[in-house]
Amino acid sequence: MSIWRNMPLRAKIGVFLFGFFALVAIFGPIFEPFNPGFENQDPKFSLNPPSLHHLLGTTQLGEDVFSQVLTGTRLTFEVSLLVGLIATVLSVLIGVTAAYLGGIWDDLLSLLTNVFLVIPALPLLIVLLGYLSNEGQTPTIIVLAGLGWPWGARVIRAQTLTIRNRDFIGASRETGEPTWRIIIFEIIPNEVSLIAANFVNTVLYALGASVALAFIGIANLTSFSLGVVLYWAQNGNALQSGDWWWWIPAGLVIALMGTSLVLLNSGIDEIGNPRLRASHETGRVGGHRIWTTDPTPVLSQLTAPRSKVGQFAYSFSRSALLDRAATKNQANGAAEARTKTPTGGEIL
Amino acid sequence: MSPILEISDLSVVYRTPGGDVRAVENVSLELNPGEVVGLCGESGSGKSTLAYGATRLLRTPALVTSGSVKYGGRRLTSGGDPVDLMAMTHHELRAMRWREIAIVFQSAMNALNPVLRVQDQLLDAIHAHLKMPRREAHEKAAELFDLVGIPRNRLRSYPHELSGGMRQRVMIAMALATDPEVVIMDEPTTALDVVVQRDILAQIVELKERLGFAILFITHDLSLLLELADRIAVMYAGRLMETGASQDLVRDPAHPYTRGLLNSFPSIRGPRRELTGIPGSPPDLRDPLAGCPFVPRCGFAVPACTAVDMTLEPWNGAHEARSYLPGSAHLTACPIVTPKVSQEGVLS
Amino acid sequence: MSFILRRLAFYLVAAWVAITLNFFIPRAVPGNPVQTILSKYPDLTPQAYKALSQMIGGALQHGSLWSQYTAYLSDVFHFNFGTDLANFPTPVSQILDQAIPWTLILVGTATVIAFLLGTLLGILAGWRHGGWLDRALPVLMFLQAAPYFFVALILVYFLALKGGWLPSAQGYSAQDVSPGWNWAFISNAAEHSVLPAGTIVLTSVAGWMLQMRNVMITTISEDYVVAAQAKGLSRSRIIYTYAARNALLPQLQGFGLALGFVVSGAVVMEIVFSYPGIGYNLVQAVGAKDFPLMQALFLVITFAVLIANLLVDVIIVLFDPRARTREAR
Repeated sequence: MSIWRNMPLRAKIGVFLFGFFALVAIFGPIFEPFNPGFENQDPKFSLNPPSLHHLLGTTQLGEDVFSQVLTGTRLTFEVSLLVGLIATVLSVLIGVTAAYLGGIWDDLLSLLTNVFLVIPALPLLIVLLGYLSNEGQTPTIIVLAGLGWPWGARVIRAQTLTIRNRDFIGASRETGEPTWRIIIFEIIPNEVSLIAANFVNTVLYALGASVALAFIGIANLTSFSLGVVLYWAQNGNALQSGDWWWWIPAGLVIALMGTSLVLLNSGIDEIGNPRLRASHETGRVGGHRIWTTDPTPVLSQLTAPRSKVGQFAYSFSRSALLDRAATKNQANGAAEARTKTPTGGEIL
Repeated sequence: MSPILEISDLSVVYRTPGGDVRAVENVSLELNPGEVVGLCGESGSGKSTLAYGATRLLRTPALVTSGSVKYGGRRLTSGGDPVDLMAMTHHELRAMRWREIAIVFQSAMNALNPVLRVQDQLLDAIHAHLKMPRREAHEKAAELFDLVGIPRNRLRSYPHELSGGMRQRVMIAMALATDPEVVIMDEPTTALDVVVQRDILAQIVELKERLGFAILFITHDLSLLLELADRIAVMYAGRLMETGASQDLVRDPAHPYTRGLLNSFPSIRGPRRELTGIPGSPPDLRDPLAGCPFVPRCGFAVPACTAVDMTLEPWNGAHEARSYLPGSAHLTACPIVTPKVSQEGVLS
Repeated sequence: MSFILRRLAFYLVAAWVAITLNFFIPRAVPGNPVQTILSKYPDLTPQAYKALSQMIGGALQHGSLWSQYTAYLSDVFHFNFGTDLANFPTPVSQILDQAIPWTLILVGTATVIAFLLGTLLGILAGWRHGGWLDRALPVLMFLQAAPYFFVALILVYFLALKGGWLPSAQGYSAQDVSPGWNWAFISNAAEHSVLPAGTIVLTSVAGWMLQMRNVMITTISEDYVVAAQAKGLSRSRIIYTYAARNALLPQLQGFGLALGFVVSGAVVMEIVFSYPGIGYNLVQAVGAKDFPLMQALFLVITFAVLIANLLVDVIIVLFDPRARTREAR
């Protein structure tokens, strides 16, 4: 529960946003009014702006955009999550193994990781998919996952190296705990926030990459993932013709899904690295803003005179409560000191 | 002679979401020109917080809740009244820093900028406060190196290229660059091996004799202070337990905590005796107990100990003070031996 | 120095892997790329045939796999990428020569600008942690998360189509000017590059800023920054020479790592704007199943990224005195 409370507002927004899209992805297509691929041959239905009948208008071929967006959300969501999952598992496996085994294995696996990290992914994806056929989402998923693990593997390897050298691992080894148990029960629990951040990042990458590939036209163009919707919109000159309902909703969904992931990640970042928390509580003392690099604030300087109203309002804040308690302590201490000051000698 | 640094009734808290942590509580301490005062205590006793809080170097969420720190250096006051650091503006503080009060940090490796040559870091300190042409400044930097015993050809080295002892000497050279009146040394030799420690300490004493600055020497190692310091102040749980001239403290420690500290290290001379530590651990500073904070670990505690305020009083069984330094009366906050509770019993 | 040499060796290995991938992928995928070519481009000269056979293999191959491999390697070494299929008989290298400058200038400049701007903003945001720059974060995160081309589309919609202030596509207006070192052409090309460059900058600034901000926040809590404050140094000296110069090192490393992604984004950018660079040509090649061009473009992109990474490594060594003595990780 303290995790939730300490998350910055924007991370909480990220959670809600992501949850919303998850719900849409799961339940949306059940409620779609039309079959997304249903083409209405009647030209009267082509390129209609949003109406009661078609909530987001129609495409050039008379298909209902709203239904396409719903199905698209599910498909894109699926692909991104699957790739994220597979790639994260791969990166944890490789990263932890490389760090734990060390020696020649570490060198080899690290070399592999770094090579695939430095070779640009999208061009390679384009080339790979260019040779493959375009059936279904599976090739895309495999290829994306196959190129999405190096980043995480590198980060996890670095973290595992620092953990591995800590004493409690050495202690476990001494007591004869088998390697796999050490890895699963001692090392990985210490990296949870890192793995979580890595997962979110990979999903983000998969989202961007799959949409980009589809938009370029290198994907299964008969499905209705959001990228494909955008492809057809671009193909049908929706931009130039001002048919905004065709491309803006899909694009917005992608952008918002991505944003929710980035927001989530900033929350995970701050959990892992407490220094990043934007000192909500501690950045303000006595109602004044204190920057991290300012000299230590002095209470008597901060409680400067305010207007009557300001003083009244401030007296209800938590910091006012703490200030009162602090000054009460000082008053007690000081009062007694005054009565008991020895007459001779100075107080050191 | 008036003190060059007078800390009066200083209290520093860390304002956390869980409440205020009372790191330093009503501490009063004086530093006279040219003298060495040792500040001794275990980790978490508040000694570093005291020093950094007094110079307002602590970062949020630290907060000074009471007290004043008066500095009486002639340069700043021009013969007038001492100035209170707590009342200074940011600008005045910055001008005063280093020029009047310099700090030698604990870990030179961490306190030196890794990407700057040591010469440049010295020059930074010089240029920030003294107006002198570049060539003169370079010559001054070289002279400082001579002063601390580092060969001049090391001026253009980077911190990581120097040994631990040399880095610490660089820190000392840097501290003396602008001729300060007060040098605060925060455990300067803790990270070094014993041989180097000896050298550095000897160097410090020699420099002090030559240049005449006062030293506030913070350490957890009481044995060091016995030779080095003129006066010693013992801190525990944010409060002063005992102060006095070094010889007086060693001969007749008043507070049970001081006794415990003295018993924790062997002496080369004298009969062999059993080493006793101090069982237990320091208290939680968020919820300080009333009275003496050492009560839970004290073998001599009486019920009155929990009701006493912690002001320093002359030690009941004090011999004639042997040193002639002003304010070197042997004081302690332990109620058992001071006039406050003495009818209950006296330490044997 | 040995650090640079080690990195160079690594990049050579990576380049070799890329070339080898290029060699094996068409031979390894299911389906028959060769058939596709033959059916699409029935009249090919014997030379083109031979070059293709080296590149693709399959039904066209003769000689052992190893001999093909070595022949391919030597071809790449001599920058002989064969003949383009879609624009037969133009040699691929000619197309490369035309496309590379566009991408290099646009993407290179825009990325550097975005990096510098983002880093600078990140320094300020990190120093003033919790201040107003932090409030701008969610907006910037949105820009970072939104797909490049979506932002591009919006910009095009409002600034080009509706506002008519800037051209919406192409590298230059072919009907107005022709390529050459004259002002008319350069200004026209510059005009056409504003939107693509602007999109790259807008979408990537947020990422650099966030990263630098986070590194700065960690760096500020380091002891040497506190020591610098204790020395009474001026604020700008502390921010830039003590904090930022140290924070720059992980930031530069991040830049190196992200170069691959930068390039990917640029590829898509060129599609949206029909900008005649490498990315644009790559996608056209895929659509046309123009394998020689496809392979060559992939190699060019990869080599560019590797070279850029090497440059970043050199810069890091210049900035970090410890790197010269550090073991390669």
